Amino acid sequence: MNLSRRTVLGATLGVAAVAATTACSAKPGGGGGGAAPAADEIKLGLNYELSGDVATYGQASAVGIKMAIEELNAKDGVGGKKIKLVEYDNKSDAAEATTLANKLMSQDKVLACMGPATSGGFKATIPVANKNKIPVVSGSATADDVTWDGKSVQEYAFRICFNDSFQGTVMAKFAAENLKGKTAVIIKDNSNDYSKGLATAFTEEFGKLGGSIAGEEAFVAGDTDFNTILTRIKGQTFDVIYLPGYYSEAGLIIKQARDLGITAPVLGGDGFDSPKLEELGGAAALNDVYFTNHYSSIDKDPKVVEFIEAFKKANNEEPNAFHALGYDLGHFVADAVSRASELTGEAVQKAMAETKGFVGVTGTFDVDEHHNPVKSIVVIGLKDGKQATSEKVG
Amino acid sequence: MTEFLQQVINSLSLGSIYALIALGYTMVYGIIKLINFAHGEVYMVGAYVGYASMSFLKLGFFESLILAMIVCTVLGVVIERVAYRPLRNSTRIAALITAIGVSLLLQYTMMFFVGPDPRAYPPMPSFMNGSIDVGGVIIKNQQILIIGVSVFLMIVLQFIVKKTKMGKAMRAVSQDPDAARLMGISVDRTISFTFAIGSALAGAAGVLVGVYYNSIKPLMGIAVGLKAFIAAVFGGIGIIPGALIGGYVIGGSETLVSSLGYSMFKDGVVFAILILILIVKPAGLLGKNRKEKV
Repeated sequence: MNLSRRTVLGATLGVAAVAATTACSAKPGGGGGGAAPAADEIKLGLNYELSGDVATYGQASAVGIKMAIEELNAKDGVGGKKIKLVEYDNKSDAAEATTLANKLMSQDKVLACMGPATSGGFKATIPVANKNKIPVVSGSATADDVTWDGKSVQEYAFRICFNDSFQGTVMAKFAAENLKGKTAVIIKDNSNDYSKGLATAFTEEFGKLGGSIAGEEAFVAGDTDFNTILTRIKGQTFDVIYLPGYYSEAGLIIKQARDLGITAPVLGGDGFDSPKLEELGGAAALNDVYFTNHYSSIDKDPKVVEFIEAFKKANNEEPNAFHALGYDLGHFVADAVSRASELTGEAVQKAMAETKGFVGVTGTFDVDEHHNPVKSIVVIGLKDGKQATSEKVG
Repeated sequence: MTEFLQQVINSLSLGSIYALIALGYTMVYGIIKLINFAHGEVYMVGAYVGYASMSFLKLGFFESLILAMIVCTVLGVVIERVAYRPLRNSTRIAALITAIGVSLLLQYTMMFFVGPDPRAYPPMPSFMNGSIDVGGVIIKNQQILIIGVSVFLMIVLQFIVKKTKMGKAMRAVSQDPDAARLMGISVDRTISFTFAIGSALAGAAGVLVGVYYNSIKPLMGIAVGLKAFIAAVFGGIGIIPGALIGGYVIGGSETLVSSLGYSMFKDGVVFAILILILIVKPAGLLGKNRKEKV
């Protein structure tokens, strides 16, 4: 029963997607990837991980982008022109992403490219963008050095998500100000740059705010027994635990900590955002757990409520952060195109860099001189494993 | 002191798991001189059988434990019959390579069916989720269960090996298969029986781990299997009480290293123990150095 319903749903979705694509390409003058773009449509490239290791991220982003573009096309397009998406699958492979970026820019003559979803893949397309003077934008590449390496900015690369170290900084603020924490213990995944980056940023900011780090423990992805390090922690005095890591270990750590009688709040990053967290940790253990995220599905902001409604209607599921980021990305690019003085990569790049007060589902933001958005971050609080509170911080 | 006692409890529950798995390695090695690298995968299959029986068949903990032991027994016997028996008289390296092949086959077959993501065990009845607080030392009921079930199974094993006819046959085959055959012992049946018992213990360990850590995945057998193998070597491979001691020593040293704040080195230390024991006393803690005739 369940299975058949899902299959039917999948088939309907597939048909809908095909219909949408053909509807776009059936427009007069929309045929083929010719040398010059047709006068009455705007071509945008999609370079996503539709299969491979991180396909869930790429697929979700693409679904969000298409939803945004369909919305725009249903109205009036951008400046009276319909948007046409040229979509390719980079198979979660950085080299493939580079090839596809080249193809999109030189053969398909797109005005801007969206994706890939992960930092590694996205970085691989930036040199191509700079060479062709076509902007590339990612909705979810959060590594610190994507658009700005500390010395120079990648001229044609933009992103609309906050970076990793910002999550650590915000969580430190939240711990010190909202939770009134004075001392913290850090448990980090030593085999993961994301986890280490968040921990460093948290330590710095927490120190600036007058807090101190009572201890630091480390684990390696794939571990299952954390009782020993948790027993060590239990012997120390502290107010909060900062645990930047992915749900697969975080769920177990929280469960084992609660079992050992550690009741302090546990704070984490967007790696907690998965239904698996509740499954592995158990609903009873997931109280007083907070994590930073791009967006929260319980946000009462009218823009967010409207998006969730529309998304559920179109896709029959709750949107996750990648859907929301993809949706914002589609609107962000269209917005820049509509403000561009002419339809060239240079003009769109200029418009993107000048973005002020863009209103999206994942927050309102300006683009700063490093091509990062200046946006607030959502801190989600869990009660019995369910999202119970969400606060915008930063 | 409280912290120390807590760590002792932690290491006993970890050690019990290693010991249960190490027993399977040691018994098989003792009887046909084969390091059965597929053993860690039998443990993984046991964990998944327990998961399926609790979530789909809605069986209780003990029923699931027994079901997992039965399925693993069958699996162990089938592996022996299909993969190892045809190679009985070939070189030991051929059998070892086959064992690694079987191990990979089981890992990826399981991954094909259940996907690579970790899964959580279904919620346990309340009597298993509680804990006892002894002066600040928290002993989880699940830890008592792990230690209890492990010790019980080890006593049963000791009884089988020392007191039953089959146990006597096992000891005879391990000393000299040809002489045993001359005495009318069915060597093939005895070897199958050994695989059956070892695999049943691994299956039990799988379910216990699933309940205790609440996370199972298709590649969970690799690391644990290697550590159990080290435990077996430490105690003296082929010697049953040695595997027991080895299991607790490995579990204890892992906990000790992390509790001193060097959690990054815990695996390194375990493998260092393997290297040390192979240099200093290759036959293991309880092993006797037998001179080989040249």
